[in-house]
This record gives sequence, C-alpha cells and structure tokens, in this order.
Amino acid sequence: MSATGLSDKTLRRTVVTGIGVVAPGGLTRKDFWSCITAGRTATRRITMFDASTFRSQVAAECDFDPAAAGLSPRDIRRSDRYIQFGLVAAAEALADSGLDLDGEWLRNRTGVVMGSAVGGTTALEAEYVVVSNQGRDWLVDHDYAGPFIYQALVPSSLAADIAVHHGVHGPVQVVSTGCTSGIDAIGYAHQLVQDGEADVVIAGASDSPLSPVTAASFDAIKATTPNNSDPEHASRPFDAQRSGFVLGEGAAVLILEELSHALRRNAPIYCEVTGYAARSNGFHMTGLRPDGLEMSLAIDETMRQSRLNPEDVSYICAHGSGTRQNDRHETAAFKRSLGQAAYFIPVSSIKSMVGHSLGAIGAIEMAACALAINTNVVPPTANWANRDPECDLDYTPNTARELPVHAALSVGSGFGGFQSAMMFRRLTAVSA
Amino acid sequence: MTRRGVITGLGVVAPSGMTADEHWDTVTAGKNKLAEISLFDASGYPVKLAGEVRDFDVTGQVDGRLKVQTDRWTWMALVAAEQALADAGVDVSTVDPDELSVVLASSSGGNQFGQRELQRLWSQPDRTVGAYQSIAWFYAATVGQLSIKHQAKGPSSVLVSESTGGLESLGHAARTINRGSSVVLAGGLEAPLSPYALACQLGSGRLSTCRDPLRAYRPFDADATGYVPGEGGAVLIVEALDHALARGATIYGEIAGWGSTHDGRHTVPGSGGSAAQYARAMRLALAQAGIEPSDVDLVIPDALGVPEFDRTETEAIDDVFGTHGVPVTSHKALTGRLYQGGSALDVVTALLALRTQVVPGNAGSDNPACDLDFVPATRESTVDSVLVGARGFDGYNSSVLLRRYVPAETGERR
Repeated sequence: MSATGLSDKTLRRTVVTGIGVVAPGGLTRKDFWSCITAGRTATRRITMFDASTFRSQVAAECDFDPAAAGLSPRDIRRSDRYIQFGLVAAAEALADSGLDLDGEWLRNRTGVVMGSAVGGTTALEAEYVVVSNQGRDWLVDHDYAGPFIYQALVPSSLAADIAVHHGVHGPVQVVSTGCTSGIDAIGYAHQLVQDGEADVVIAGASDSPLSPVTAASFDAIKATTPNNSDPEHASRPFDAQRSGFVLGEGAAVLILEELSHALRRNAPIYCEVTGYAARSNGFHMTGLRPDGLEMSLAIDETMRQSRLNPEDVSYICAHGSGTRQNDRHETAAFKRSLGQAAYFIPVSSIKSMVGHSLGAIGAIEMAACALAINTNVVPPTANWANRDPECDLDYTPNTARELPVHAALSVGSGFGGFQSAMMFRRLTAVSA
Repeated sequence: MTRRGVITGLGVVAPSGMTADEHWDTVTAGKNKLAEISLFDASGYPVKLAGEVRDFDVTGQVDGRLKVQTDRWTWMALVAAEQALADAGVDVSTVDPDELSVVLASSSGGNQFGQRELQRLWSQPDRTVGAYQSIAWFYAATVGQLSIKHQAKGPSSVLVSESTGGLESLGHAARTINRGSSVVLAGGLEAPLSPYALACQLGSGRLSTCRDPLRAYRPFDADATGYVPGEGGAVLIVEALDHALARGATIYGEIAGWGSTHDGRHTVPGSGGSAAQYARAMRLALAQAGIEPSDVDLVIPDALGVPEFDRTETEAIDDVFGTHGVPVTSHKALTGRLYQGGSALDVVTALLALRTQVVPGNAGSDNPACDLDFVPATRESTVDSVLVGARGFDGYNSSVLLRRYVPAETGERR
C-alpha cells in the first residue's frame, strides 16, 4: 500500500463498472432511468405513516417489496429498510459489473463505503414508540426492544451488511455528512482506489427517512413543501413557485474500480471518476449565503482535477432541492465557477421526480450522471413552469434531451454547511 | 511524494479527565473511573455502571445560544477541540480556511437531545419537535458546528464505523492532508448515556451487568463479562509536517501507517470475529510504515472484554508479533468503552507514551485468561512506535501505527 501524492498524475485512476439503484418510481437501474428520462414524477401523498397532522404531507416513496427484490427472510428481519435498499442496490451493481468476487485476494482488495444521512432513524423511532410506551416513559423499558435494536442505533450496520453479503475484507466505512453523504461516500471510495488502499469499492448511499420524526423535524424549520394539494407536482426545483423540498427515499450503489483492473478483465466501463472535492461554508447549519462561494470552490477544484474547461462540461446534475435559498445559491455557484458557459450547459434536478432522499440522493444523482454519459440522454427538471429571475440557467425543463454527454458534474449541499462536487467523464481510448 | 501527517495537539473530554494531562495521570496511576450512572435513574436497567464525564459544566466554554441548539455530544467536541487547538498552538485565524478540515467519528449522534424530541413528538397531541432537532441529532451535527465555529472550510467528513472511527479518522485526515489540507481536527466523541441509547446498546449483548466498578470491565481476564459503556473521547490536531515545521510546532508523533479490514461476516454470539482479518489490518499498518513487527514497542488493543473477542484479539497479536512478542497495555477498563471516542482516546495514550517515554501499566486484569505480554505496572521505557488496534460492530477492524517524529536532517528523535 502506498499513498501517492500531490501530483494528480501519480494517482491511480478510478472507473465506474457497475450501477444499482432503488428509487421511487424505479426499483432497478433500468426502471429508474426510464422513469426520470420520461419526466415522470414519483411524488405522492405519504402512505407510509399518518402524515395528516404535518405541514408537509407529500413524499417520494419506493413501492419496495424486499422479498420480491431477492432478500431472505433473515435479511428482512435483521435489516432496517435503508439497509435493505442498500443490499439490493449493491447486488444489482455487482451483477452489472460482472465482477467475480470468488478469489481471496480480490476480496481483500475490495472495500465498501456507504453514505447515509440518518441511518436507522426510522427503525429507532419505531422501537422508541414501543419501549417508551408512546413517549410516556423517559426511562424506557428495554425488555420490549426488538432483537436488532443495536444495529439500528449504529449506522455502521449499512456497510457491514453489504460487506457480509459479498464476503469482502477490504476497507469498510459509513460516511454521514448529511445531505452530501452520497457524494462524499463515493469520494471517499475514489480516494481509497487512488491511493492504492483498494482495487474495487462497492460505494454509494442509502436512506429511508420517511417517518414522523423526520417529517416533524423538517416541518419545524419549514424546509419541506406545504404544497399538499398537488402531490405529483409538489417538487419544483428552480421554478419561481418552488416552496421547499419533497422528502424521498432510496439507494444507489456504484462499483468503483481501478482503471487497469477493469481493463484487464474487459469490464464494461460507464465512465471515469475524474474529480471530487468537498468544502464547508463555515456559515450556518441550515442557511446558505446567496453567493454560493464554497460550493463554487468545490466545483473549481473538481474542474482542476478533471483538467476540464467550463465549455467541456456536458451536463450538470444539480442539488436542486427546490427550497428558495438552495436553488438561488446553487445557480450563483455554477455561474461563479463556469462563467458564461453556465448558460449553455443543461442543468437538471432529478429531485423534481424522485424527491430528496437526504444522504442517498447524492449517490442516486451520480448514478444518473453515469447513465447520462452511457446513453447520451440528459434527464429533465420536471414541474418547471415559471421563470425565477435569480435562477436563469437552462434547467432542461420537463423533457429529457438527447445530446453527447462527455462530462457530467454533480453537486450536493447539506445541513452542517457541507458542499461537495464530483465529475464523471466518458473514458476515451486508453491502454491497460 | 506523500505529504506526511503529524499530530501536534491533544484535547480530551473523558471519564479519565478533562485534559490530556489529567487523562495521563489517570492511566499511569491506574485509577478506575467507573461509577453508578448519574445522568439518569438506571435502577431499572441491568447495566448500572458507566464511565461518565462527571460534573460536565460548559458554562463559559459553550455559548449559551449554541448550547440549547446542540447535544451533550457536541458540547464535548467543542470543548475538546478548543483544548486541542490551544495545545497545538494553532491560531485558526492564521490558517487558510480552505486548508482547515474537520474529520470526526461518532456512532450514535446526539442521543439525549434526540430522545427528548422523540418524547415531545410522541407524547404531545400537536405532534411537533423543536426547531433544533433537525440540526442536533444527526451524525454530522458536531462536525458542522465545529466547521462553523473555527471557519474550517476545507474538506470535512463524518465517519460512523462503530468503535473503529477514532482510528479511521486519522487515516482519513492523512488522506485529506495529502490532498492539500494543512490542519485537520480529527478523533472521535460519543455521548451514548441516555436512557434510550443505553436500551439500544443492551441489544448488542456485550455489556457487563456486574455492579462492582473494579470487577465490571475486565478485558483479557478470566472474569471478563463484557464491557461497561462510557462517554467522551478526544480531538487530535493532525497537521501537514511542512506546516508544523514552518511554525515550529511540537510534534507528538507521526501517523506512519494504517490498515482497515472487514471480517466479511457477522459476529454471531460465540464467535469472536476474524483474528486473521484483524491481524491483516495490523500488518497493513506496519507495511505502510515500512517497519517490522519487532520494531513496535507497544500495542494498545481494542480490549472488548467479551471472552471470545479477547481470545481472537490475542490470536491476532500473537500472529503478527509472535507469542509474547510485544508489550500490551489497555486502559478501557478505567473509563469504559467510549465507542468511537475510545479509539481516539487510545491514540492520546499512545502519543503521550511517545512523548514521555513512559508506558502505563495494563488495567483491568489481575488473572489474565489470555497469554499476552501485559505491561504489569507503569514504567519508563523507550517508546518509538505504538500500534493502536480497534474493532467495531459488525466485523470492522482497524489499526494505526504512531511513530516518534525524526527530523530528516539530524536523524535524532524529538
């Protein structure tokens, strides 16, 4: 193992060789891509719990049946919903990559890095209701707890369960940087490959935050939309009428692989991870300064690592949460980093269709970037109707667009002030 | 060319003390800090002991407005970070904000705050929580607050690999420095002593129900019956070597190597995890440091106190170092197991051994069931490199090799 250094050209290169997705509107990679390129929204009135007392009563839910998705009765009992998503997405990604993990050497060189913003919160809340007797007792009665309550407390279970499923022995980690967890987990995995700490990393993120405590938490700060009358059109990123984000759930997992390793086995290669950067705004836990400075610094660093000029970027998969401040902040960051080119690059927010699944969405958006490069199709921003003078870029309104996608940039922004950016680029001719 | 990461500052908020010096006094004197839980009435719980940060008063240390917006876990980190920066002599206003990062580990977030808000949500008819629930409970809350407080705008991260994160944060800090950060606040802290969080921990089946503080947590001992939970941890200032040298900083030690592996299977009752994978994590750290097992002067183990885990940890150490091949010392018996905070605190112990050339005696076992070369009592000794090990639920293995810094030009250690 040798950590190599500051000069980018000495670092090993990372490619994406497999994709798995569990998302609202599409429980596989293929169905997810069909859903969002058709501009179909998966947002609806919340069915998973009684949301009638909440300010925001809409969400993007997965119609997920763990048994139909291939999980065993024991997996289903042991693992909280967000881990089930992760297991299913990881299995799909590995199958897609064609990797054979039978050899001990490769298992030792294969890691798992998953992101999650809130981990087992949904299971923790459900258990809490029982052991506290619906909030009556501060001194909860542990005798009523379920057998896997400790797995719910510690989000390390997410990556551990995936490692166990595939019997891998490399570095395993869970990254939890709020709503940038997905990009940051893939970024962490990319660094493990760059530095030679792993040859393959099963990397992505998962969250299933649809429960009363999460809904109440975002209600309390009016971050989610009160637009309950029109659930299918409630998530309106970059639209002048946007009124907050719509909660979602899901997972995406990518197989990151060292370039020469992938070439040697003639793996299908979606794209290369050419840049990743994270910054913090040092400003406020939930507030964003309108100038988008720190997000722009993360984009600049990602562009530098990728050796790309602004006009080389084919597509931007935006954070586009649909809150007043985010979409303005992000638009300013794109302009600050890309200058005039920002006006000519198609931007879109898939949160308009699949909602905001907190930590998971960053990985789902990276999956969308890889698929955009693979198919030369850019998914749209659904529900876009009214121009906001502060959001004046090309948001690919309502209809997917066919165009050559050579390089796709994605960004994330989250509570805690985290700002992350990542670039995927089509792999051009290389030799092993 | 790798940019090297060295540690220049320590901050401790733990049962063993409210400073690194107090912690050192506790471990070198072998003072047991376990006591009956005082944070809530634990009389109805099978576990009655814990390692608490007693009389933790943050008045004057945490701004009143910030205090109401954050959990006890975040207060501990704010206090430990101030200490660590002061110890390192780093004035954050002189560091480029883009090169100042925070990489901390936690495995359960703001438990007390979270339980209070869950209670409000589920016991009151209006079904609401307070405005700060969304920023106080989640795992990234502490790193977010620290980045704001210290204007740390560089790449930051939050690692939640249960109990190994205190070590993993050093590896990631080194990666981050290698990519351009100058100063990284690393380490881990935990505040798992709320009634609900304790109920969750009981689910692991690994906690000791013994009521005698001196007998409750006995890693490697014939009487080992599990561990006692604790709270707190440490913040460490990891700094690029060139940055530390340029400002004439005192260097505790260098992060010379690290290794991270996974068992690849769940640790079912009766199995103690994979000795082979844990040994491989240690070997990865040694290989990266470029040293032989015989060059290691001390091992600080995970010391779970669950017999089957103590046995596999012994196997792993024997496998790498040979039987009685290296002195071993652990102090978790004095503080309880602080999860992510515990591995960070073990790093503090390792660095103070490098600094003082004193090895604290092993704590918690007078009748070992495991045949390791336990340090029988605190003693002076040449300590140039220390390997710290940690294991996490389910199947995580981690190890870090810390080495005394040797200036290239003189070849002398300092």
